[in-house]
Amino acid sequence: MQIRVPKTKRAKRELDKRAPKLVENVKKTLILHGTKTSAVLNSVLTELYHLKRDNAVKFSKKNENIKPFESGGETSLEFFSHKTDCSLFAFGSHSKKRPNNLVLGRTYDHHIYDLVEVGVENFKSIESFEYDKKLAPKIGSKPLFAFIGEEFESVDELKHLKEVLLDFFRGEVVESLNLTGVDRVFVCTALSSKTILLMHCALRLKKSGTSIPRMELVEVGPSMDLVVRRHRLPSESLLKEAMKTPDHAKKIKNVTSDVIKGKTGRIYIPDQKVGDMPLSNNIKGLKRERREAKQNKESKKRKTESE
Amino acid sequence: MEGSSYQIDLGNLMAYDPNHHFQSIPSSRGELVNHCLEKGTEMVQAIANSLFSLPSTESRDGPVVKLPLPTTKLPREKHLPKPKPPTKWEEFAKMKGIKKRKKNKRVWDEQTSSWKRTHGYDRANDDRDIPILDAKSTDEVGVDPFAKRSAEKKERVKKQEKSRLENLKKAAKAGALPSHIQLAATALPITGTKKDVPKKASKDELESVAGMAATSTASGGKFDKKLPGEKPPKHSGKHRKFLPVVEGKGIGSKEKQQTEKILNQLLSKSSHEILDVNKAVTMFNVKKEKQRKKDKDANPGKSGKLKPNKKSFKKTSTKKKP
Repeated sequence: MQIRVPKTKRAKRELDKRAPKLVENVKKTLILHGTKTSAVLNSVLTELYHLKRDNAVKFSKKNENIKPFESGGETSLEFFSHKTDCSLFAFGSHSKKRPNNLVLGRTYDHHIYDLVEVGVENFKSIESFEYDKKLAPKIGSKPLFAFIGEEFESVDELKHLKEVLLDFFRGEVVESLNLTGVDRVFVCTALSSKTILLMHCALRLKKSGTSIPRMELVEVGPSMDLVVRRHRLPSESLLKEAMKTPDHAKKIKNVTSDVIKGKTGRIYIPDQKVGDMPLSNNIKGLKRERREAKQNKESKKRKTESE
Repeated sequence: MEGSSYQIDLGNLMAYDPNHHFQSIPSSRGELVNHCLEKGTEMVQAIANSLFSLPSTESRDGPVVKLPLPTTKLPREKHLPKPKPPTKWEEFAKMKGIKKRKKNKRVWDEQTSSWKRTHGYDRANDDRDIPILDAKSTDEVGVDPFAKRSAEKKERVKKQEKSRLENLKKAAKAGALPSHIQLAATALPITGTKKDVPKKASKDELESVAGMAATSTASGGKFDKKLPGEKPPKHSGKHRKFLPVVEGKGIGSKEKQQTEKILNQLLSKSSHEILDVNKAVTMFNVKKEKQRKKDKDANPGKSGKLKPNKKSFKKTSTKKKP
């Protein structure tokens, strides 16, 4: 066994960035495609990449051995996820059976966590929208989300898709937010139990009487219909492990700290029933021979009783 | 939140309307889009209402609010970091109650009477800088104490490396290996002994093997395709010398010479003569010559005329005496 340590400080920093932490980095997205893609799917993937510019990696090569829903076809994906440190991926492919297929997936510890396969229909690209360029949302701004429809709660697939979309476009989890920086919103409407309409709009804040501005939505970005085809939920154990939050400090019972006394605790002794306690025969007042005789008598008595 | 009947998750800036469903999807796409945009605007307004009513601080770029924690739980991307198991020293220190002491970066060096750093180049109290070592009664005679000291240090360093490896293996077993360290297995396979390890062929070995394989071909490897960078074979060409079929005029009987040579070698090997006559004769002659020289030097008066013995200092010149 040999210990391998990075030779440069820069390499060490990079490795530390990728290490598991209590508070995690932003989830990076890996965008890639299979052997056959359509024009629509190509533009979908490029626009997805533009939306997530800062933390996304786009592969341009064809990958023929990736089949996310099959047991053997995930190894390549896991390898890429490990190499690029991406925990989200969008895999596009096109076939006669599944036209304009997009598989959105998440990984946990660089192993596949869950998958949602959607078909893209009625896709409108960013170029087809006309709007005032000043309103264009900046890259990396935190988006707002609006999910409309009861089906997002009642239907399993849409519930899953809602979670995946939230994870995909959420960006960094921040403590403080600059209010001038809110300029985009994702509006997802459930059209049926299998389809949703996803729109990306810019926000225009207008003056209103009160300090809260009036919101106006202007469609800017891609808009598409997503038809859920297949999905795979994570296994129970994996779900439990992935949802674990860092331990809150366990409450230690029976410890109090006093400024004068210091750290104190209480000792609880069970109730001693003095009346019922048997007296010992080792009476110090008696002379030794008598004492020993008494002890032997007792032990002999016990012996005969047990026989 | 209540009132607007939307479920708002401010940490994620998300709003969800659970009460909406389409009785009939609008026929035209434009109508559908407009309907969605309207609903969206309402919900975004609801989010903005609660967002802008949070207490805000003024910063350089604008009002900054502190967001609450997100309510929808999303899975982590990597596992939680596992605590490192204590090392062997740490366990021992805990048991004994030894506490860590803070070391200073500079220490007073007695030898040079100056402040020097504790570790690194030109450090204080360096083991190697001691010029004189007092001999102890336990020291053996032929042992170099300085060499002994440096050997001991090497042993200590090796032991330290071994303990470090053991501690890291323990941490790796617990799943808490530090992120920048990797443990790589050296060439020993899982089963078997060191003999079973396939040895990596060196460059010379590969070249010689390639040469051997080439000579085993029908044409002796002359027409084999060579890879770029492969050197031509070293011992190319004939190994046997065949005599010419027809002897020319000036060559002589080469065949006779060849066979004579071989015969002589064979005969000399198998002859049981202890004495080599020629060698013995030459040895005798040389001895005789030397003796004569010595006699001549010993009594120079043999020649009639009293001549001084002119000794020349040149090694090459020899005065030949009759």
